[in-house]
Amino acid sequence: MRFGVVIFPGSNCDYDTFYVLKDVLKQEATFLWHKDHDLRNVDCVILPGGFSYGDYLRSGAIAKFSPLMQEVKEFSEKGGLVLGICNGFQVLLELGLLEGAMLRNKNLNFLCQFVHLRLENDKTPFTHKGKKGQILKIPIAHFDGNFFAPPQTLQELEENRQIVFRYADEKGQTSEEANVNGSLNNIAGLLNRRGNVMGLMPHPERVSELLLGSEDGRVIFESLINKY
Amino acid sequence: MKVRILVSFKDSVLDPQGQTVKNALHTLGYNFIKDVRQGKVFELEIENISQKEAQKVIPEISDKVLANPIIEKFSWQILNEK
Repeated sequence: MRFGVVIFPGSNCDYDTFYVLKDVLKQEATFLWHKDHDLRNVDCVILPGGFSYGDYLRSGAIAKFSPLMQEVKEFSEKGGLVLGICNGFQVLLELGLLEGAMLRNKNLNFLCQFVHLRLENDKTPFTHKGKKGQILKIPIAHFDGNFFAPPQTLQELEENRQIVFRYADEKGQTSEEANVNGSLNNIAGLLNRRGNVMGLMPHPERVSELLLGSEDGRVIFESLINKY
Repeated sequence: MKVRILVSFKDSVLDPQGQTVKNALHTLGYNFIKDVRQGKVFELEIENISQKEAQKVIPEISDKVLANPIIEKFSWQILNEK
């Protein structure tokens, strides 16, 4: 499986993501510069975390106009796999490849902490190695992770099983307390209608190696590696 | 030509920053303030474009770049130069 990690000016989780793919999981991986028009034959494009364009205007608002995003859009329209992590998720929302938008965290704090996620849908290329109901402990680090969608869109997302992860407590209850940033329906990660594009706010690349304390994030990458 | 564009959250969207400002004003004794919504102001200085063209292109720019239409609304006006 060949992965491409996009770099925008201000991306800062590109190396962590690349390291997990190449050094930990021994996959073919390459960086993709946002100004290029070449996806280099990758099977999966990853938009990593960070602060592309300093989060100026809105998080991901300017990155969506990067030249490479034209190719990423076409790639996704042909069924190519695209994963957006944190800022990457924000870019996918701004691009319209995923539905909804991000608002400032409800408590107006930058949240840098572990959260528990409940896996809602294990029938996706990104999660098929996991099990529905599984609890994952993965860190978040964001200011604008408060997911919003208009009522009609939200209903459709739920009905079409596009919600992949929800914020939960360690027992799997999607309580208000567990919903640290105020996201509607505790939504932490979701899929497009077709099922080939996923975005999530937490950082699985930070918990994919036991040496660093946890491997809970690995399931996403291993699902991608083992074709669904 | 100067154009002023105001971008703010749609009414259906929670605005915690606006709420924080409201609470601060209340703390200072301005209790007649019922609600506060915070937004952004963009001032564009444009040239070599007719007013008619501007009236077509400014909403385009606002919708495409300056605002996120899912959560934000905008209004704009061409400022009269003195």
